[in-house]
Amino acid sequence: MGAITAHTEGHAHHAHHHEESFISKYIFTQDHKMIGKQFLVTAIFMAWVAVIMSILFRLQLAWPGEGFAFTNFFLGDKWAPGGVLDPNMYLALVTIHGTIMVFFVLTGGLSGTFSNLLIPLQIGARDMASGFINMLSYWFFFLSSMVMLASLFVEGGPASSGWTVYPPLSALPQTIPGSGAGMTLWLVSMTLFIASSLMGGLNYVATILNLRTKGMKMTRLPLTVWAFLITAVLGILSFPVLLSAALLLLMDRSMGTSFYLSEIHVAGEALDHVGGSPVLYQHLFWFLGHPEVYIVLLPALGITSEIISTNARKPIFGYRAMIGSILAIGFLSFIVWGHHMFVTGMNPFLGSVFVATTLLIAIPSAVKVFNYITTLWRGNIIFTPAMLFSVGLVATFIAGGLTGIILADSALDINVHDTYFVVAHFHIVMGMSAIFGMFAGVYHWFPKMYGRMMNTKLGYAHFWLTFVSAFGVFFPMHFVGLAGAPRRYYSYSEFPMFNGVVDLNVLITIFAIIGALAQIIFTYNFFYSIKRGPKAVQNPWKSNTLEWTTPVEHIHGNWPGPLPVVHRWPYDYSKPGKPEDWVSQITPLDHDEEEH
Amino acid sequence: MMKLLILLVVVLGAVAIAQLARVYELTSRLRNKREEDISPADNRMNGRLMWAFMVAYFAFFAWLVYAYGDKMLPVAASEHGMETDELLNFNWVILILAFVLTNVLLFVFAGKYIHSTERRAFWQPHNNRLELVWTVIPAAVLAVIIIMGLNSWNKITAPAGPDAVQVELYAKQFDWTARYPGADGVLGATDFRLINGTNPLGIVTAESITQRLDELDAQIAETDSLLWNTIMADGKRDEMTEQVERLRRTQARIINLRTVMELDIKEKGEASQYLYGADDIVTKEFYLPIRKEAKILIRSRDVIHSAYIPHLRSQMNAVPGITTTMKMVPTITTDSMRTHVMKDESFDFVLLCNKICGASHYNMQMPLTVTNATDYDAWMAEQMKKPFQAPPAAPTPPTAPVVVDSTAAAVPATAQASVVPN
Repeated sequence: MGAITAHTEGHAHHAHHHEESFISKYIFTQDHKMIGKQFLVTAIFMAWVAVIMSILFRLQLAWPGEGFAFTNFFLGDKWAPGGVLDPNMYLALVTIHGTIMVFFVLTGGLSGTFSNLLIPLQIGARDMASGFINMLSYWFFFLSSMVMLASLFVEGGPASSGWTVYPPLSALPQTIPGSGAGMTLWLVSMTLFIASSLMGGLNYVATILNLRTKGMKMTRLPLTVWAFLITAVLGILSFPVLLSAALLLLMDRSMGTSFYLSEIHVAGEALDHVGGSPVLYQHLFWFLGHPEVYIVLLPALGITSEIISTNARKPIFGYRAMIGSILAIGFLSFIVWGHHMFVTGMNPFLGSVFVATTLLIAIPSAVKVFNYITTLWRGNIIFTPAMLFSVGLVATFIAGGLTGIILADSALDINVHDTYFVVAHFHIVMGMSAIFGMFAGVYHWFPKMYGRMMNTKLGYAHFWLTFVSAFGVFFPMHFVGLAGAPRRYYSYSEFPMFNGVVDLNVLITIFAIIGALAQIIFTYNFFYSIKRGPKAVQNPWKSNTLEWTTPVEHIHGNWPGPLPVVHRWPYDYSKPGKPEDWVSQITPLDHDEEEH
Repeated sequence: MMKLLILLVVVLGAVAIAQLARVYELTSRLRNKREEDISPADNRMNGRLMWAFMVAYFAFFAWLVYAYGDKMLPVAASEHGMETDELLNFNWVILILAFVLTNVLLFVFAGKYIHSTERRAFWQPHNNRLELVWTVIPAAVLAVIIIMGLNSWNKITAPAGPDAVQVELYAKQFDWTARYPGADGVLGATDFRLINGTNPLGIVTAESITQRLDELDAQIAETDSLLWNTIMADGKRDEMTEQVERLRRTQARIINLRTVMELDIKEKGEASQYLYGADDIVTKEFYLPIRKEAKILIRSRDVIHSAYIPHLRSQMNAVPGITTTMKMVPTITTDSMRTHVMKDESFDFVLLCNKICGASHYNMQMPLTVTNATDYDAWMAEQMKKPFQAPPAAPTPPTAPVVVDSTAAAVPATAQASVVPN
């Protein structure tokens, strides 16, 4: 805190900044902008690990039993003799792919990057409420990533019981080799991750509530900040429950307790455990697991709200309705977790309640979609790569949201539960929407992060290839699922009933490879532009929000002089009677001007 | 090798695209333009691509329906399945309408309102009437969906009638076993500690308890003799000592179980579930009669599995420690599926595992045969000849004094005092 308050004095201390050592500037930095960038680069690395995993198992699904030098190169002779993926490693790959994508990329990467970068900049604060805890939050995230990666190299392989790690499969190494040391490391990694997430979340909430600059009323906050706020609240309330679930699982695994285990006979032996319930774990897991979906999704929706409004040169339609729908989604997300458990033997009446609450979420979601579309209507659209990804997000949100209505309807869920239909649904609505929001954010705020511009043409190529391959991969999966094909199957050749749809797996894998290669374009563009991209101007997108009033070169404390004072909401685009089609939030209202 | 070459070509292609972009950036710089500025041509191109994408998107959807529509699950072969299929179709109509409508609006607007310096965007921060409309309409539609869905759900999950055919499906890594109640019509009690080679489901009878205790005696004696008569490393010795302890604990709990069984029989008489195990039918064949309600009880030995019968639109998890249930009324026999629906003589209904359970999860299956009543009765009569244990003359409570041998006496007192939770 001391360092930050010193900087709030302004450029009197400017000379001090040049004395910073490499370590305090780039490694153990307490500057929110640098921490945001650290999260982003770590997440890009983790995302590549998860993407390569997905290609490995997609190759097996498209051409089961065939050997690939690619597979053998990554997994060696133990897990891929002759290049043929081992069934246990297949399950390990889908498990770690899911874990990394959900937690490390779309939670840590998305919230970590953009909450850190944007909250102080958009509310007009010098830094986060606690720079030190913010730094710890990144380093716990980093440590947790390293532990997760280390788990790939242990005897028995990494955790293999699906990203939800349901016991008893995850509790008993006798049932699957991945439930040995790999699973222990998974739990340790998640514990560190939860600590990181809580430190981040508390900081975000404290900063947004306390450090807004003069004039920045809650009703003048950009929708990004609203989304980050609710996301942080969801995380604070739900991650501790996952922590308790993980700790109980740890005890069942190594201390002989029976929270989740009962009446098990495995490897020719009756175990001592009696009285526990595996369903208890599922309740605890999904009490985090469902809010987690919105922890992933809300920041992406916030980011696109901002980008669509800026690039359509039009105020976001229904600002208050957008805030209301974020709040409604946040609240409802806590009372819908049971829709993951319709066929677990949970009381059917409880199931009915979850059907109703889950389907209610479709209302605020629909409002959001209609508001995005109306914002585009009679807009003046500039297609930056960020804008393309934002429009892409609306498309994936529609496609994935609609199939959610079927899955939420328990009577219909019975037959598609745990099939590829679910895989298609959540990859489109959660995976693709969130990653599109993340890409949009990177393209949009890259000038703010690095003071340079990314290459637009490469951005276009990246978007169109990603957009087409996203639908190429996940749209046909609905059909595979409606043919009854279960997820997490190593191969479908044992069932003649799936013969009609297995060739779709080839199509899906080809699109997956195209989609993965398209990310090379992004990665190249990202790192190349950090070094050699053209210099950015202060406000390249003619945007109203406060972050574009800071100098291009980063300084501690963000604004060289006093903090800006806010006079209006952030969406005065194309306001009648104004000379330009944008009015910065720091421009005072004319004496006869209505706010909006 | 071929695939590796293809991969190489694609990677080189990506590098080439990157280099082209770089060249483009430099040439536009030469022409005094900044690459990062979005030109009207860029906007036009992306606007057109939005439209093109929309057309391709809908065409892809239509092609998938056309090419794969007939490869989806065939007509539901159960009463509730026919109802949920109808419900699903009703939902599809609404969803596809909403899908087309919202996507058309999205992509058409995105392509139509591209930037022009000549005009300004329409100033429209909100419109309360419009917002009310699109909050109320989805709410009303969802209310209909919720009510219809719950109506079906309540029917599907209502308890099965007393005349239902009872079958237990028992899951373990990586196969299924079925159990039918036998002549007495009641499934016997089970206990996981009784599971062994001859009693894979752990059915409780006086005989299976005795057998299992004898087996444990032998195991304990064998391990004990190894412990005392061979030289081994300390670690190994500790491990084996622990194993003997574990076996003794199991033994103590089985002795407890016997007491519980005897008390239960004394107390409830004919109503005691412990009397009905001997004639149970344990089989690898899964038969159901057509047009008769079936009540399926589902149990698991080790991890969570899921009993999924796609053609009957039925699914329920198998959870260790808990008995779950589902019910259905099959409406099409396997034979008529073969001759009339699938036109494929090798077709079988199949019960498959649909919850990740280990390495061979992808091949944990059991065929289901649905037959008419006559064939079912014939099959059942055949099965009754192979009951779990040869039937005693009449189900009498075991009154013979329990033979307590030397190993049982060595059981720790605490274990003996504990009550078997069942």
